[in-house]
Amino acid sequence: MAETKTDNKMTVVALVENEPGVLNRIASMFRRRAFNIDSLTVGRTHRPHISRMTIRVVAGPEYAMKIATNLQKLVNVIDVRVLDNEPHIERDLALIKVRNDDADSRNTITEICDRYPARIVDVGPEVAIIEMVGTETILEAFIEEVKPTGIVEMIRTGVVSMGRGTRIHDTNFINRRALVEAASKARSGNGRLV
Amino acid sequence: MRLKGSEIIMECLLKEGVHVMFGYPGGAILPTYDAMAKYDDRLHHVLVRHEQGASHMADGYARATGEVGVCIATSGPGATNLVTGLATAMMDSSPIVAITGQVPIPAIGSDAFQETDVTGVTLPVTKHNYLVTDVRDLAYTIKEAFYIARTGRPGPVLVDVPKDVQIAETEFIYPETDIVLPGYHPPSTAREHEVEGALRLIAEAERPIILAGHGIMMSGAMGEVRELAERAQIPATLTLLGKGALPEEHPLVIGMMGMHGEACSNHAIQEADLLIALGMRFDDRVTGNLKTYAVNARKIHIDIDRSEINKNVKADVGIAGDLKTVLNQLLPKLERKSHPEWIGRIRDWQEDSSERDILNYETPGKLLTAQVINDIWRITGGDAITVTDVGQHQMLEAQYYPHQRPATLLTSGGLGTMGFGFPAAIGAKFGKPDEEIWAIVGDGGFQMTLCEMATAVQENANVNIAIINNNFLGMVRQWQELFFEKRYQATPMVNPDFCKLADAYGIPNRLVTQREQVEDAVEYARSIDGPTLIEFVVEKEEMVYPMVPAGADLHDMKRRPKPGEA
Repeated sequence: MAETKTDNKMTVVALVENEPGVLNRIASMFRRRAFNIDSLTVGRTHRPHISRMTIRVVAGPEYAMKIATNLQKLVNVIDVRVLDNEPHIERDLALIKVRNDDADSRNTITEICDRYPARIVDVGPEVAIIEMVGTETILEAFIEEVKPTGIVEMIRTGVVSMGRGTRIHDTNFINRRALVEAASKARSGNGRLV
Repeated sequence: MRLKGSEIIMECLLKEGVHVMFGYPGGAILPTYDAMAKYDDRLHHVLVRHEQGASHMADGYARATGEVGVCIATSGPGATNLVTGLATAMMDSSPIVAITGQVPIPAIGSDAFQETDVTGVTLPVTKHNYLVTDVRDLAYTIKEAFYIARTGRPGPVLVDVPKDVQIAETEFIYPETDIVLPGYHPPSTAREHEVEGALRLIAEAERPIILAGHGIMMSGAMGEVRELAERAQIPATLTLLGKGALPEEHPLVIGMMGMHGEACSNHAIQEADLLIALGMRFDDRVTGNLKTYAVNARKIHIDIDRSEINKNVKADVGIAGDLKTVLNQLLPKLERKSHPEWIGRIRDWQEDSSERDILNYETPGKLLTAQVINDIWRITGGDAITVTDVGQHQMLEAQYYPHQRPATLLTSGGLGTMGFGFPAAIGAKFGKPDEEIWAIVGDGGFQMTLCEMATAVQENANVNIAIINNNFLGMVRQWQELFFEKRYQATPMVNPDFCKLADAYGIPNRLVTQREQVEDAVEYARSIDGPTLIEFVVEKEEMVYPMVPAGADLHDMKRRPKPGEA
């Protein structure tokens, strides 16, 4: 599904059933349809059987809609929303290991960290680890500043997003097995599980 | 009732209304085969000769009846042999449920004998699939599988059942409640503004055309589409899989569209000011070059799969919904209209086409595929279920065998699977035992699945096999002639004597080399209750016209010259 790409990134949020193989299904669909993904994060929600994904794509709104409709087609995907049409919060987290073996670099790093929402979470004689949380843009600006001191290792979680206000992206669905068991219990009347 | 997993599978199939399943046994599925004996009087098992045949038979059964077809295979190679059939069913939205054995749960991931990650392998070619790891999940998983296969946009669903799950026992309770799937809600009705939008475009159109697809038959919207066409006097062209959605003898139906469609259909699409696409998906074989496709037309697109709207062609009014439901919302408000000038233009194109018709050519001493197929159409009263393979004979069937009823042409459209025709015809026979079934196949495709002749004999399946034999892979040869300067690389075929082969299987057969022999042979095949085979030896280097070269503009067709022009 090649399409003219633009530079802006779109954010798609999906609620999925927390079942084995779901991530594989989603990754397989992206590969099969040749969708280009910038980042994909997945984590649990307050409902143990539901996970939530944030998918960032470098694309225009039409492309994001194609991704959304194809995601929605997967049986294990409960709900999908393209977040860019509404105000939302986004956060990306990075752990960055930097050189820390002389006074100059130690000072520079402390000074940069002071100006950003960043913390030094581990310090050793040669290297230190910085934890930085923020929007993707701020994170990238921070990384650019730290680069000259010498990044030796880095990991980013990828962006997670949530819409602002009261338009809640959630579901009351209780998991399938429980539903069927409840129905069967009611039917057999003996409380025995299926 | 305490049952083994294998018995639960059988009970569930019965609950789903299954009477017949197509399969092949093996180690990991043996417990289920063992359980079959007990259910033999209610559930007939058809032993195929290759699992690919089982998946195509389930597909043919599903296409002929609209009900879910079932195929069964063992783990590893048994399951991987189903893949072509699953992919075929996926592309053409055919509802099948495949049940496969898997190695016992403790052995999964250990590269055990005949172990394959079947849910992994079939993930992109199924609508959904399951690996059942607890016998207590088995009943509702199978119920869910049937529900997903037959609802929304239908498709294949695979259930992989490890051997120890088939052996384990549990209390069997079939979930009587409706399936509730949190993420699965096929769309049904259109919104009011969408209906209004569609009505407005139809009212404003001067040169409208209906593109009638497979979805019409799956939604059961044949009557609604016909009423739409008649009330607003809109001509209708069919996709390959849409054949049968409207009777082709209807004056508003102008034949197939696309790469080998009627020239009038393709011209009409290009010159239309409104396309009304119903249950079709703008496949590249239908559109040609998208940049120049129907540029002057606004588009109404109605399909049950939301992701099809705006996928290839941007819709002015895109409606994700069940076609029958949506048309019933629309029809009460549809004004009567007529487009005599537009239809007159289409008649002119049709006239030009009929002058080029190969049936009007003098072809002394030659037997042509179009003649064979048109003769079969005439002799069967145009009322048989024809199941084709893939290639020239398939396109010529679409051109020369007009269909009047839904689900009477079964063919692999999306995937173009050679080897589909003959096993699918056997499956169709089990679904429609009272109908006359013709498998029209080429010499190439037939040889991919001809082992199923043994299945047809063992089951005495009354399928008439018409082999269109030109000793070439005809369609590939046509492309080589047109686009590769007649370098016939790997297309000439040295074939077996098909009649002797039929003899070996015990199938009555005829050889036809002349036009005069066609009628007698076809009548002979019809007179026999059981499989028959006719080998039609046709002209070696035929061409299918019109042809839109791949990627070319839809109106840029290669045409057969008129007599005297060549």
